[in-house]
Amino acid sequence: MTLLHVAILSPFLLAIFIPFLYKFFRQVHTGWFVLVLPILLFIYFVQFIEDSMHGHNIRQTVEWIPSLGINFTAYIDGLGLLFALLISGIGALVVLYSIYYLSKDKEQLNTFYVYLLMFMGAMLGVVLSDNLIVLYTFWEFTSLSSFLLIGYWYKREKSRYGAQKSMIITIFGGLLMLGGFIMLYIMTNTFSIREIISQVPQITDHQLFVPALILVLFGAFTKSAQFPFYIWLPDAMEAPTPVSAYLHSATMVKAGIYLVARFSPVFAGTPEWFWIVSLFGIFTMFWGSFNAVKQTDLKGILAFSTVSQLGMIMSMFGIGSAALVLDSIDNSYYTVATLAAIFHLINHATFKGSLFMVVGIIDHETGTRDIRKLGGLMSLMPITFTISIIGAFSMAGLPPFNGFLSKEMFFTSMIRVLEMDVFNVETIGLLFPIFAWIGSIFTFIYSMVLVFKTFTGKYQPEKLKKKPHEAPIGMLISPIILASLVIIFFFFPNILAYTIIEPAMASVIPALLGDEGHFHVHISPWHGFTVELFMTIGVVALGILGYLSLTKWRSVYGLFPEKLTLNKGYNAALEQLDKSSFRLTRFYMTGFIRDYLAYIFTFFILILGTSLVLTDGFSFSLADTAPVGIYEAVLAIVMVIGTITVLFSKSRLTAIIALGSVGYSLSLFFVLFRAPDLALTQLCVETVSVALFLLCFYHLPEFKKKEKKLHFKLTNLIISLGVGTIVTLIALSANSQRVSETISTYFVENSYKLAGGKNMVNVILVDFRGFDTLFEITVLGIAALGIFSMIRLQVRKGEEG
Amino acid sequence: MKKNVKTNDVIFQTATKVVVFIIIIYSLHLFFSGHYTPGGGFIGGLMTSSAFVLLLLAFDIKTVVNTLQLDYIKLTAVGLLIAVLTGIGSFAFNVPFLTHTFSYVELPFLGETALATAVLFDLGVYLVVIGVTMTIIQTIGETE
Repeated sequence: MTLLHVAILSPFLLAIFIPFLYKFFRQVHTGWFVLVLPILLFIYFVQFIEDSMHGHNIRQTVEWIPSLGINFTAYIDGLGLLFALLISGIGALVVLYSIYYLSKDKEQLNTFYVYLLMFMGAMLGVVLSDNLIVLYTFWEFTSLSSFLLIGYWYKREKSRYGAQKSMIITIFGGLLMLGGFIMLYIMTNTFSIREIISQVPQITDHQLFVPALILVLFGAFTKSAQFPFYIWLPDAMEAPTPVSAYLHSATMVKAGIYLVARFSPVFAGTPEWFWIVSLFGIFTMFWGSFNAVKQTDLKGILAFSTVSQLGMIMSMFGIGSAALVLDSIDNSYYTVATLAAIFHLINHATFKGSLFMVVGIIDHETGTRDIRKLGGLMSLMPITFTISIIGAFSMAGLPPFNGFLSKEMFFTSMIRVLEMDVFNVETIGLLFPIFAWIGSIFTFIYSMVLVFKTFTGKYQPEKLKKKPHEAPIGMLISPIILASLVIIFFFFPNILAYTIIEPAMASVIPALLGDEGHFHVHISPWHGFTVELFMTIGVVALGILGYLSLTKWRSVYGLFPEKLTLNKGYNAALEQLDKSSFRLTRFYMTGFIRDYLAYIFTFFILILGTSLVLTDGFSFSLADTAPVGIYEAVLAIVMVIGTITVLFSKSRLTAIIALGSVGYSLSLFFVLFRAPDLALTQLCVETVSVALFLLCFYHLPEFKKKEKKLHFKLTNLIISLGVGTIVTLIALSANSQRVSETISTYFVENSYKLAGGKNMVNVILVDFRGFDTLFEITVLGIAALGIFSMIRLQVRKGEEG
Repeated sequence: MKKNVKTNDVIFQTATKVVVFIIIIYSLHLFFSGHYTPGGGFIGGLMTSSAFVLLLLAFDIKTVVNTLQLDYIKLTAVGLLIAVLTGIGSFAFNVPFLTHTFSYVELPFLGETALATAVLFDLGVYLVVIGVTMTIIQTIGETE
């Protein structure tokens, strides 16, 4: 366990203490205790920048399940570090913001911060793990904590719906991704990403290579809300706004992008990777921005905008992958897409984070997020207005904000697609710049909607629940910091370029590293009158036109039939699934134990009988059997008589007692065969179960025997005869042939030597087979709880009714 | 237990009062001697439960519940916890989950005695068995 591992797990550790801190320090907002951790983590991770700038990647392993190749290997390279800084940095700002956003008197702060910390730890685990299984475990943890946070206000139906939807979609993708990981393991025989990358040349022709690629992308696309899986993200906006800012814009949804970047060294360079990632990305970018314009909820706009921006980053990673197979004089000619993707990833976190926080402030201060009710807030909330102008203009791609830089690079990389001569790009390659341009126009429009519909226009105080005023300073600190970063990154983008972007690029496309071991990145805002600049001017012109004439062309959105939307499809599928599984269950769950027993025994006969016949397993010999003495004969006769009495007895009491006699005779058999432990156990079990029977007996309805139909009796007869025959045959065969040496020799020899016990049965129970026993008592405990709750709940219902 | 039956069972009740203790002591003996002679947590637990069942039969369920004052569900939980903790305890010595150890020590009055961590685990089993059996019997018995 190194400090790095402790750092990754520290949020989980702190989460354990949160409920206590909440309970004992009620007068202090729990958020203050939480805030310390992300700040410390941020400082801790900043120290690694020096190392990763020089290409020193840190790798530390703690053994977890070494026999299966599963170890907790923490790995810090440029890409992981970038994400770790985002997670801890934005995390600190979000926690600070949440302290003012969530009231300490009204909300369940303990659960909120436990979930949030769980998420933070899981996310750090995802980006800093080198082992696929560990990565997957943390990955599902992020889905789980996202589920819990979306459903934080669980009394709202929409929250529960959104939480379930995000869970179903992301876990579905996560499981497929696990399949992909296992395929990678089959191909390379290792779970370590580093080792997989080193084996890439050998596995590209493997038949599982492309399936693994597609499955991994399923995980990435569901998590990062790519078309058609994006439908969960707008519904996830039911979460408290700090959560939306943190999980659903800055970090968690970028886990999919992280995955794509992380696996680029493995899969990039294949046409499948290029086409799937770029096409889905660029279409998502267009589709998200197109849909954002029609939203009336501020968070709805931001949700679709996030979908669109994620698509944009995704497409750039896809296109950047082509650089691996292209020959160009200047190395950086095609890698600009990867550079832009990483740069935009950072920019998006800054401006989208600040915008989410602004929307949270508006919601908090006015009581609504509906742009039809809002307007004219500019003079009432001047600071908030300034921040949102900065965020929105950056998102629209205007100077002097960082969004302008990355959007220019985005255009550059899209235009350069046209010059590529691989993967048959010439066929539909033209689509990339066109979609990018149209998408950017819509981006511009919704950015304007976001700012001007809220802050300008007519002030409608009668539609607002509260009287709006400027937010408290604590709530403004975080968005102000983010907004200043938006401007700082525009003027000094090269601070990032050398420290963070270059090392991150080195981890995404290591194959293109030059001899010096690092990329040369220089970002500048002015390139002269290039095509990109004209595209931006076009975006601005058409965007302003589109925004002003929005009311005229809004009806476009009505053209698309409501019935065909993805959401409708999702709901219908869910409903169908519900109904059909209910029908299926109803078909065989009759509610009668005798039916279930009949199923169980029928399968028992079929499976054992078939295997007995197929393997030709039956044999019979009397070679090693002990002679049958008088005691055995008498006991056997008693047992047979007891059993027959059960069958023909007229009352339950007789049946129970007869059954008891069978059990006691069995324990005598154990005595005869010198198994005192078994005999003792059997005796006790028999006693207790007879008592239990007598207890239950009291509750049963009157004993009726006659009205059973003939075919019911016949079925029972056949089943019972079948079970009896099969068990007898197996017992005889088992005794008549030994395939291998009996295992008892081992225990006879070792139980005293290794475990210090002379009673072999007990040593097996508690030591050699301790795991079995542990789970058996667990099952027993669960059964007891089951019986307890079933009976108690029924009683309570009876009392109420 | 059956409310309509009002029989005179003085002898049964008096005998039970004595026998129950004998059974419980025997069950404890079974539990402790399990490592060397027939017995162990499972049988010990069942034996103790049967002592309780005997009490239930001799007296009615309310008397037994009031006299023993045991929360069997908690007992089950405690037992499970002991078993799991014994397993986890192995981590402190850097050996796989549930690795047991034993040694012989000289104790006053008892002489040389074997102390095994397996007994701790067995204690968990013992408590779970009592807890489970009694939970089931008591819940079913109480619903009248």
